[in-house]
Amino acid sequence: MAAKQVKQFDPVKTLHSIEEQFEMFQILNEEGEIVNKDADPNLSDDQLTELMTRMVYTRILDQRSISLNRQGRLGFYAPTAGQEASQLASHFALEKEDFILPGYRDVPQLIFHGLPLHMAFLWSRGHYLGSAYPEGLNVLFPQIIIGAQYIQAAGVALGFQKRGIKAVAMTYTGDGGTSQGDFYEGINFAGAYRSPAIFVVQNNQYAISTPRELQTAAKTLAQKGVAAGIPSILVDGMDPLAVYAATRDARERAVNGEGPTLIETMCYRYGPHTMAGDDPTRYRTSDTDNEWEKRDPLIRFRKYLEAKGIWNEEKENEVIERAKEDIKEAIKKADAAPKQKVTDFMKIMYKGDMPFNLQEQFELYTEKESK
Amino acid sequence: MAQMTMIQAITDAMRTELKNDENVLVFGEDVGVNGGVFRATEGLQKEFGEERVFDTPLAESGIGGLAVGLTLTGFRPVMEIQFFGFLYEVIDSISGQLARQSYRTGGRYNAPVTIRSPFGGGVATPEMHADSFEGIVASQPGLTVVIPSTPYDAKGLLISAIRDENPVVFLEHMKLYRSFRQEVPEEAYTIPLGKADVKREGTDLSIITYGAMVHESLKAAEVLEKEGHSVEVVDLRTVQPLDIETIIASVEKTNRAIVVQEAQKQAGIAANVVSEITERAILSLEAPVLRVTAPDTVYPFAQGENAWLPNANDIVATAKKVLTF
Repeated sequence: MAAKQVKQFDPVKTLHSIEEQFEMFQILNEEGEIVNKDADPNLSDDQLTELMTRMVYTRILDQRSISLNRQGRLGFYAPTAGQEASQLASHFALEKEDFILPGYRDVPQLIFHGLPLHMAFLWSRGHYLGSAYPEGLNVLFPQIIIGAQYIQAAGVALGFQKRGIKAVAMTYTGDGGTSQGDFYEGINFAGAYRSPAIFVVQNNQYAISTPRELQTAAKTLAQKGVAAGIPSILVDGMDPLAVYAATRDARERAVNGEGPTLIETMCYRYGPHTMAGDDPTRYRTSDTDNEWEKRDPLIRFRKYLEAKGIWNEEKENEVIERAKEDIKEAIKKADAAPKQKVTDFMKIMYKGDMPFNLQEQFELYTEKESK
Repeated sequence: MAQMTMIQAITDAMRTELKNDENVLVFGEDVGVNGGVFRATEGLQKEFGEERVFDTPLAESGIGGLAVGLTLTGFRPVMEIQFFGFLYEVIDSISGQLARQSYRTGGRYNAPVTIRSPFGGGVATPEMHADSFEGIVASQPGLTVVIPSTPYDAKGLLISAIRDENPVVFLEHMKLYRSFRQEVPEEAYTIPLGKADVKREGTDLSIITYGAMVHESLKAAEVLEKEGHSVEVVDLRTVQPLDIETIIASVEKTNRAIVVQEAQKQAGIAANVVSEITERAILSLEAPVLRVTAPDTVYPFAQGENAWLPNANDIVATAKKVLTF
């Protein structure tokens, strides 16, 4: 009898052994308890309350934006509730000189990077001044083409590297975005050049209606970084401390010349994809919604901070009132923006002289708009 | 002055600008050690180092995205798309991103990017290498599209493109790379974008054209000259925006015009030229403005291309129709 043949290779085992490594990183559990003390980023009380403040503020901004949209006072809006930890705790690890290339849902990070709120509203309304950002604000307008910001982030990161600037390019996409070619090209380019970029995938489980399982056979999205040869981590995206710690670690390595990192944050969007008619009840059950709402980042962070004695209802109400007041003011300011003219659009198409064809049309529209 | 081929003039333009402005970066697939598949970047990495002249991973969309990101940190990228037939891989970066960048940022972040790419038929490339896709990019507001036909023009136009504050698509016809030499000054000089050049003066007919078809048109003009027709050849050089002034001045002088392009009839620049002439100079015309173009099929596989490409004989035939109308 022939000896039993020993299999010399086992690609299935290789895959499984890689996938098993991607366990979800968590520091703060749903009850607001530290479950991973060694990884605790040890934020100061001031930092903790600031992060909580930003998350509460953003939850209110989301609620108000939805109702303003329904009243016809805002235009395009992509709800953010459920993603506060993914968005704001990742941003909390950045410095002012870091450059953000957001997706269209990532307006809160821009606001806390310094974007005036009324400009966010103008952008939502489709006013050209809504993305005419002030000098010194290191962000790009929210990207509409899914994934395009990933390759651009690789470019910004390469630029920082060439100039010897110790800063990172930070970009965001969603679970659906990881299926785009630009996603791979972005992480691959930054990996090949070892550029200081942080790629965040906010896995909110649905790309409009398409569930995460249909995007890829990969067990996690984080493991896609392995193919590009870059460090990757799967994080509980409802846990502000874990998201912060993972991002801070990524930033540190990036500015020390150790290249990019891919971070998958497991989260959920409570609302619709956008306010333009998406109905989540067509593709999600309320059981799933309820399940995720129990993991809410605000609930667990509130519990944690209250137990530390640094947060209470009064403080929260102060933030809520301030957010409402800011929003009211910002809407007023947005309402006061000048009426848009075609000649304004023409002026910003090119730097310097307009080409002949546009010059001619400019004269035509100048006359038309003077009437 | 030195005798240079068009590709040498192109290399020389990049060398000039790499020297002139430290923010200029040259990158693309195989542009480093290899000097580019056509040797357009020959010697540049050696001279300026890997920080300024560098290879990219093989992904055109990534190259375009890299250019976007580099402009946000103050660089002036000169990116190479190895063959313009690969345009579809990078069209979002060019038309969807770079062309809109100034507008989207209210003018804060203009995009001073030069997108260099070889194109054009007659050199027996595989499929998706030779197509004339200038019409696609020319239809996108925000882009300037330049196509030189001589070494002298190539250097001056490329320097202008690199110095331009807005994205410029600079298309290099492969058949012209080494087809002839010309006196090219060694120092820096610019040829303004958006300005056509009268390559041959005449009084009976204007041939308005660009790229490799300039040379077919000049051949046709010789033939027509022998038959007693004085033909003017206008080389557009920039196909977007068009130099209306030069086109109209020529047509008003000759009263007859044909437009010649290598691209298919449905695909190129010629239709725009005809429209402009019709809008602005119809009363000067003694005959309809006709076009000489490739037929409306996909670009043929290599062995079929010479039967497909427009040539001097086609130009002579169409010119005669207009001259005898």
